[in-house]
Amino acid sequence: MTMDKDQYKVSNQPFYQAQGDEVTLYEAAYAARLPVMVKGPTGCGKSRFVEYMAWKLNKPLITVACNEDMTASDLVGRYLLDANGTRWLDGPLTTAARIGAICYLDEIVEARQDTTVVIHPLTDHRRTLPLDKKGELIKAHPDFQLVISYNPGYQSLMKDLKQSTKQRFTAFDFDYPSNAIETEILSKETGIEKELAGKLVKIGQAARNLKGHGLDEGISTRLLVYAATLIKGGVDAKAACRMALVRPITDDADIRDTLDHAIDATFA
Amino acid sequence: METVTIPPELEAYWKALDCGFPRVQPVFEDCMKEALTKLSNDGIDAYLEYARFLGKMGRGAEPILIFLEEWPGVAKILGEDALPAVIECVRRMYKSPNGKAITPFLQSLPSVARRLPTQPQLQEYLTLLLDFMERTTGSVHGIHQTFPSPGLPEMFKQIPVLLAQLSLGGLTAWVDYGVRYYGDHPERQVEYFSLQSADSRAVLQRERHGTLLMDNERKLDMYLRSLWQEEDLLIPYSNTGEELHKVIPYFDKLGIRVPDVYDDARGVTGIDRYRAVLAHIVAHRRWTTPVHADNMSPFQRMSVECFEDSRVEYLAMREYPGLRRIFLALHPTPDEFACDPEKESGVRHRLTMMSRALLDPNHVYQNQHIKNYAQRFNDLMQKGDSSMEEMADLAVSFVARTRRQSDQLPKTHFKDTEIDYRDDNRHMWLFYEDSDDEEMFDEKRQQAAEELTQGLPPRHYHEWDYNNQSYRPDWVSVYESLHPKGKASDIDKLLEKHSALAKRLKKMLDMLKPQDKVRIRYQEEGSELDLDVALRSLIDFKGGSAPDPRINMSHRNDGRNIAVMVLLDLSHSLNEKASGSNQTILELSQEAVSLLAWAVEKLGDPFAIAGFHSNTRHDVRYMHIKGYSEHWDDEVKGRLAAMEASYSTRMGAAMRHAAHYLEQQQADKKLMLILTDGEPADIDTKDGRILIEDARMAVKELDQQGIYSYCINLDPKADEYVSDIFGKQYTIIDKVAQLPEKLPELFISLTK
Repeated sequence: MTMDKDQYKVSNQPFYQAQGDEVTLYEAAYAARLPVMVKGPTGCGKSRFVEYMAWKLNKPLITVACNEDMTASDLVGRYLLDANGTRWLDGPLTTAARIGAICYLDEIVEARQDTTVVIHPLTDHRRTLPLDKKGELIKAHPDFQLVISYNPGYQSLMKDLKQSTKQRFTAFDFDYPSNAIETEILSKETGIEKELAGKLVKIGQAARNLKGHGLDEGISTRLLVYAATLIKGGVDAKAACRMALVRPITDDADIRDTLDHAIDATFA
Repeated sequence: METVTIPPELEAYWKALDCGFPRVQPVFEDCMKEALTKLSNDGIDAYLEYARFLGKMGRGAEPILIFLEEWPGVAKILGEDALPAVIECVRRMYKSPNGKAITPFLQSLPSVARRLPTQPQLQEYLTLLLDFMERTTGSVHGIHQTFPSPGLPEMFKQIPVLLAQLSLGGLTAWVDYGVRYYGDHPERQVEYFSLQSADSRAVLQRERHGTLLMDNERKLDMYLRSLWQEEDLLIPYSNTGEELHKVIPYFDKLGIRVPDVYDDARGVTGIDRYRAVLAHIVAHRRWTTPVHADNMSPFQRMSVECFEDSRVEYLAMREYPGLRRIFLALHPTPDEFACDPEKESGVRHRLTMMSRALLDPNHVYQNQHIKNYAQRFNDLMQKGDSSMEEMADLAVSFVARTRRQSDQLPKTHFKDTEIDYRDDNRHMWLFYEDSDDEEMFDEKRQQAAEELTQGLPPRHYHEWDYNNQSYRPDWVSVYESLHPKGKASDIDKLLEKHSALAKRLKKMLDMLKPQDKVRIRYQEEGSELDLDVALRSLIDFKGGSAPDPRINMSHRNDGRNIAVMVLLDLSHSLNEKASGSNQTILELSQEAVSLLAWAVEKLGDPFAIAGFHSNTRHDVRYMHIKGYSEHWDDEVKGRLAAMEASYSTRMGAAMRHAAHYLEQQQADKKLMLILTDGEPADIDTKDGRILIEDARMAVKELDQQGIYSYCINLDPKADEYVSDIFGKQYTIIDKVAQLPEKLPELFISLTK
C-alpha cells in the first residue's frame, strides 16, 4: 500500500519562540526515538512546539485531537463494510507507525483511560502495534515517534493519565512564557508594536493571578494572539480585549467586571 | 434677663407676632432681618402668623424660637408655599398626644429640606410621618389615643443620619419595619428608632443607597489579586453621616479598612471609588518605606504625606495608566484664589493645589512655587521610582518656601481640600518615642477582647416574613456544636433487634448498588462493533434490502452520585409515646435513623446526620451527629445514642444551616431528608404561620441551590400544613411504630 507521506509534512516554518532548551532536548529525544509528553496549560504553545519540531526534523506529523467518544479503533483502525464484504481501514496511529511519522495525540486525557492503553506497545522497547482484529503485528517504522500532550490543570480524578501510561514518556513542562518572551511572541506573530503587546501581556497576567480563585485557567497566549490580531485588524483595543480575552474565559460577573476594569486601567 | 428694645422699623412685626416669651425678644431682630431678605411680603405674613400660632400652643418657647430661626432658610430651599403643609403636620401632632415631638420635628426641618429639596418629596415625607404617628400612638380602649408615640421624637433626632444614607423609599421601608415589629413594645421601639438596636441597623444597611462593600467584596478581592497580586482582609467601617466623626480609609496589620458603602461621586461609580482607595493603599504598601516623624513639624508631615501620596499614585498610574481617569475625577480641584491668606490658614488649600498639580499635568495654577515643585517632582520621577526620602526633602523645602504667617490662624480653609480616596497615612511614620495616643490604649484593649472569644460564634440567618413579603435580616442565631456522646453499643443492640428487617433491606440495596458499566446496543457510533447486529445487517444488505446502520455498541458508566443530609427535629414533643407503641417517638426515630445510616453506609453515598431544636430566635441549636467525612462507626453511633429531645422547632434556620454543608458536597444530586413530628413553632413567635411560611421559603431557597428537600412527618394531622411547606415532597407516617421500617425503604425508593 502506498501512502502519500508528504501530505503530512509541515510545509512552512511555523513561528516558534523557544522559552528554554526545549528544542535541543526534543531533538535528543527524537534521536533516541523516545516517546515525548508535553504538559502545560491550554494555549501555551504545546501544539505549536510539536509542529515546529516536525518541521525542523522534516518528518510527517499526524495529529489526533482526542475526545471522550474516541475509541481504540479510532486510533488503530477498523473494519468497514463495503459492497464486497468488509474492508480494513488504518487509523491514524497505525498509519503513522507504517509511514514513520510523528504521531501527536493532542489532549490525551480527554480520551478514556482504557483507550489510551493501545499505545503502550508502541511506547516501549517493542515498538510494535498489534492489530488483533486484523491479525497483524505492525513493526513501527524507524522514524516513528509518539508525542502526547496533556493539560494537568484540570485537577480532576477523571481526567488523569494512568501511571502505567505516564511512565512510558519523557516529558516537557510548559507554562505561559515570561512577560518579555510573551511580548516578543505577540509582536512577532501578529506584527503589533511592542508597547501594545506589553499591555496585552499585562492583562493576561492580571487574569493568571486569578487562577484558582474563580478561574480554572488564565488567559492563554493563544487568546492574547487573537486579541492582537483583532487590534491589528483595526478593532478598538479595549473592545478587542473584552471580546478576545475576557468573554471567552468566564461567565462569572465578578471576574468579568474585574478583568474589564484591568483592561480600562491598562489602556488609559 | 435683659430686655432688648425692638427697633422701630420692626415694631409692627413684633406686634403681629404677639409673643410674650422673654427668650424670643433678643433673637427677634436677627431672625426678622434674615426673613426680610429671604421671604416675600406674603411669606412674611404667613411666617409671623404661624409663628404666633406656635407661640400660643402652650408648648413653651422652644417651637417658636426654632421656627423663627430656621424657617427662612428652609423656605429658601423648599419655597414659601410649603409652609401650610408643615404647619398642618404640626397641628396634627398638637392635637394628638404627641406634642413633645413638635420641637424635634421643627429642629429636623433644615436637614430634611437639604435632603428632600422638592415639595412633592417633602409632602411624601410628611405623609410618612403622620402615618407613623398614627400607627404608634397608643390607645387604652381603642377609642381615644392616649399614649404618645415613643419612636417619633427619637426618629427626628436621627433624621440627618437616616436621610444621609437612605432614599425616601428606603426610609419608608425602615420606618415600616420598625412600626410593624415594635409597634406594641415601647422600649424596643425607642431602641429601634434611635438606631440602637441591631436589627434597626441591619435594616438600615439593607435599605441604603450606593455600592455596598458587602455586595462587592469578592470583586474587590479579585481586583487586589489580579491587578496587584495582593491579598488582604477588607474590613468595613460605618460612617454615620456625621461630618465630625468621619473615618477615612486606612490599613494596619489586621487588614484594609474601607467604608461599608460608597455612593457614586463626581462621575465615578462606587465600585471604582473602592478600586481607587485600594489602588492607593496598595501603592503605599509597594513603594512607601516609613520614616521617623519625631523631628518634623505637623506642617512638614502634612507636606511629606502630600508628596508621597502623589509619588505612589504616579507609580501606580505608570503601571495602570487607566487609573489616571479615576484619580483625576476624584481629586478635588481647589480654586487658586478661593482662600484668602489674610483671614484663614491656607495650609490645606496650598497642599491640595500642589497635590492636584502633581497629579494633573494640565493644571492651570499660576503660583510659581507650585509650578516649580511640580517640575522638580516630575524630574525626580523621570529618573526612576524615586523614594520616600527624596519626597521628604522636597516636601520640607516646599514648606519652607511657601510658609506664611497666617498658616497659624485657627480658621482653616477646608473647601475642596478633602481627597477622600487617600488613606490616613498612619503607616508612613515611625516614632522614636511611644506616645500615649488614644490608639495605643486601643490596641491593648482589643487583645483582651480576643481572649474572651471561645467556641464557635453563631451564624445568623434571615427569616422570611410573609406579612410584608421580605426577609428579616440576620434574624436567627444558629449555634452549632458536636452532639454529646453516649454508649455506642445501644445502637448496635437496636440494629440487632431489627436484623430481619436489615436482611430484607440488604437485598434491596444490592439491587441498587451501582453496576458501573452498562452496555448500550444498537448504536450508529459506538466503541465496538456489535458482531451479531453487524452480520444481520450484512445479510440484509446482500439480500438487497436496506441494512440497519446501528451496528455498534458502547458502554455507559452507571454510578450513583447522591449526597444526603438527614435533619432531625429534636424538639420536646419527641418525648411523647407514639400511639400504639410503648416506645417514645424519639426512640423510634433513633432506630429508624440507625437503620437508614447503616443502609446508606452500605450504598456508599456521602451522608450526614444533624439534629436541631430552638429556644427563641436567639438560640437555635444545630448538633452534628455524623459528618460527611465520618464513617458509620462507634463515634457516630455514640452520638446518636445520646440523642435527647427538648425545646421547639424553628425549622427554616436549621434547614438553611444544613444546606450550607450539603451545598459544599460535590454530587449530582443532593437530598435533604427532614424528619419531624410537628409543625414549625417557637415560643417567641405568636403567629404560627410565620414559621411555616419561612420553612416554605427555605425549601424554595434549597431548591434554587439544587437541593431536593423531602419531609418525613410523624404528625397524623400534618396534612394541614406540610404540603404548604414541602409541596408534594413529603410522606406522612401515621403509624409511628413502622418508622424504622419505612424510613430506609423510603430513602431507597427516593434515590432509585
